[in-house]
Amino acid sequence: MASHAIEVKNLYKIFGPNGGDYVDAVKRGLGKAELNEKHGHVLGLQDINISMPAGGVMVVMGLSGSGKSTLIRHINRLIDPTAGEVLYDGVDVCKMSDNDLREFRRHKTAMVFQKFALLPHRTVLDNTVYGLEIQGVGKAESEKRARGWIDRVGLQGFENHYPNQLSGGMQQRVGLARALTNDADILLMDEAYSALDPLIRVDMQTVLLDLQKELKKTVVFITHDLDEALRLGDKIAILRDGRVVQQGTGQQIVLSPADDYITAFVKEVNRGRVINVETIMRPLSGNPEGMPLEMGMVLESAARAMTGAHVNSAHVVDANGRPIGALDLPTIISAMVTPTSHEDKRAA
Amino acid sequence: MASICSVLPALLCKFPAIDDGTIRLARKTIDDGFKGFVRSYGDAIDTVVQPLQWFLNYLEGAFVASPWILVLIVMVAVVYYGSRNINITIGTALSMIAIGLVGLWNDTMITLAMVTVCTLISILIGIPIGILMARSDRVQSIVNPVLDVMQTMPSFVYLIPVVMIFGIGKVPGLIAVVIYAVPPMIRLTNLGIRLVDQEVLEAADAFGSSAWQKLKNVQMPLALPTIMAGINQTIMMSLAMVVVASMIGVGGLGKNVLQAIANQFFTVGFLNGFALVGIAIIFDRTSQAFGRRLQKHSEVIHG
Repeated sequence: MASHAIEVKNLYKIFGPNGGDYVDAVKRGLGKAELNEKHGHVLGLQDINISMPAGGVMVVMGLSGSGKSTLIRHINRLIDPTAGEVLYDGVDVCKMSDNDLREFRRHKTAMVFQKFALLPHRTVLDNTVYGLEIQGVGKAESEKRARGWIDRVGLQGFENHYPNQLSGGMQQRVGLARALTNDADILLMDEAYSALDPLIRVDMQTVLLDLQKELKKTVVFITHDLDEALRLGDKIAILRDGRVVQQGTGQQIVLSPADDYITAFVKEVNRGRVINVETIMRPLSGNPEGMPLEMGMVLESAARAMTGAHVNSAHVVDANGRPIGALDLPTIISAMVTPTSHEDKRAA
Repeated sequence: MASICSVLPALLCKFPAIDDGTIRLARKTIDDGFKGFVRSYGDAIDTVVQPLQWFLNYLEGAFVASPWILVLIVMVAVVYYGSRNINITIGTALSMIAIGLVGLWNDTMITLAMVTVCTLISILIGIPIGILMARSDRVQSIVNPVLDVMQTMPSFVYLIPVVMIFGIGKVPGLIAVVIYAVPPMIRLTNLGIRLVDQEVLEAADAFGSSAWQKLKNVQMPLALPTIMAGINQTIMMSLAMVVVASMIGVGGLGKNVLQAIANQFFTVGFLNGFALVGIAIIFDRTSQAFGRRLQKHSEVIHG
C-alpha cells in the first residue's frame, strides 16, 4: 500500500481553559512568557508548518519543553489542536468525527512510546496482537502476523514472557513489533529510543532503518538526540519553544544552521557521517583521477576507503557510473573537522 | 461563664435553637410521611426484593442441608484452587473441624450463606458504580459524600428505616449488611481505575480502542489488585455486620453472640466470636492469595 505524506499547516496549541481566545494574540506576536504570566495559558506550539515526506523518515528534534511530543500527538489527535490542520491523504485529522478518528487510529497509524507503554498483564505475544485485536481481526490470523513481527524484531522465544521479565531494549522491541503488526501507513515514534542505553539505541536504529528500507512507511520520529536525528532522518525539523527553527535534510542543517541555537547544536556533530561526497566535490577538470566513490557516500566512509586503498585523490560517480566531480583526501579531512560556524558564513 | 454572659446579649450566649413545637411538627410530618410511604408501597417493595429472599433461602438451605463432609470438601477445594497454598488449605480444614466440634456447624453455615450473598451483591453493585465514578469527576463528587454517610452513620440508625420498610428477617439484614459493606468496593474500584498508568491508557487510545475495549483490556485488568483489596474489605465488613444484623432477625453466629451478650454467656460469646474470626481469616487469606496469583506477571522483575 502506498503511504501518503502528512501535511501540518498553521498548527497552534495553547494549553489552558480558553486557549482558543489567544490564538490571534499569539499570531500578532504575543510571546510564550507573556502569555503564561498575564493569562495563565501555556503556548505549546505556534505556527507549525511541516510537510512530512511519504514513505520517508521525518525526524522532529528538540530539547525537553520544545513541544515535540505535543506535535506528534496531533498527528493521531491524542491532543486536539487549538488552531490549524493536520492533513493525511487530503483529510484533516483534526476535523474527523470520533468514529472516523478511531478507524483512522486503528488502520492508519501505529505508535511507539518512550516508556514502552506495554500492557503488563499480557505476554509479549498478547501485547503484539493488541492492535489487531482492537481492529477485530481473528485470533489465529492476528497471532500468525504477530509472530512474524516478533521474529523480525529479534524476540523469537520470548512470546510467552511478560514485559516485566524483559530488559528495556527488549521491551521496546515489543513496542515496535506491536506497532508494526498493526500494518499501518504511519509509524509514530515518540522518543522511542530515548530510554535505552547508547549501544542498544544504535542497535534499534539499525533495526528501524533495515525495516524501513523494505516497508517504506511514513515514519515520524521524535528525539532530543541530534546524532539520532541525523542518522535516521530523511528530513529533520528542529523545534524550540514550540516553533520550528529550521527544517531540511541533515546535511542542510549541519552545513547551514539557521541560527546560533542550531549552530551550537551541530558543533558537536560528527560531520564525517552526515556530509556526502558530492556536497564538497569540485567540478571535474580533465580525466577522473584515483578511485571512484559513489554518490551519496558520507565523508567518513570515503576517507576510510581512500586510506585503505592508499590513494590521495578520487572522483565521484553517479548511479550510472558516470564521473561527476573530483575530490582529494585533504579536502575531505578539512570538511570533516572544520565546523561551519555562523560567523564564517556571514563573513563569506 | 455566667460573668461573661452578663455582658453579652442573650442571643450570643445561649444558642438560639428552633422552638420545640416547630421541631415536633417537622418530626411528625416526616415520620408520618415515611409511614404513609411504607403503607402504600410496602407490598410493591416486598415483591421487588422477593428474588433476594429466594436466593438467600436457597443458598442457606444448600449450605445447611448438605452433609458436612461434602461442604468441607467443597470448601477446601475452593480454598486450594483459589490460593494454591497448602498452609491456608490445612488451616481452613482445621478451623472448620474445630467449629464443627464445638457444635456451631449449622450456625456457621447460615452465616456463610449470608456473607456469600452479601459479598456477591456488594460486588455486583459496587463495581459498576466504581466504574461510573472513575469515568466522571461529577459522579465522583456526588457519590463520595454518600459513601461517607454510609460508612460513618451508625448502623443502628439506618436499621430503623430498613426495618420500617422490610420488617424483621433476612432481606432487611442483607440490605443493612450491603449498605455497610459496599463502600470499600465502590471506593477501591474507583481508585484502582483512576490509578491506571496514563501512558498505557494513551497507548490504548493511540491504537483506536473504544471506551469499552479500554475498560475491558486495560483499566479493569490493571485495576484488579486494588479491586481485589476492595472485595477483601467487603467480605471483612460483611462478617462484622452480620452480628449487628442479627438484631433484626438474621440467624447464625451473630444471633448466638447477641444472646450471649443479653445473658452474659461468656464462653458461648467467645466460641461464636472465634468461629467468626476463623471464617474471616479463611476468606481473607484465600482472597488475598488469589489476588496475588492474578498478579504473577509482575513478580519476576528483570534485573
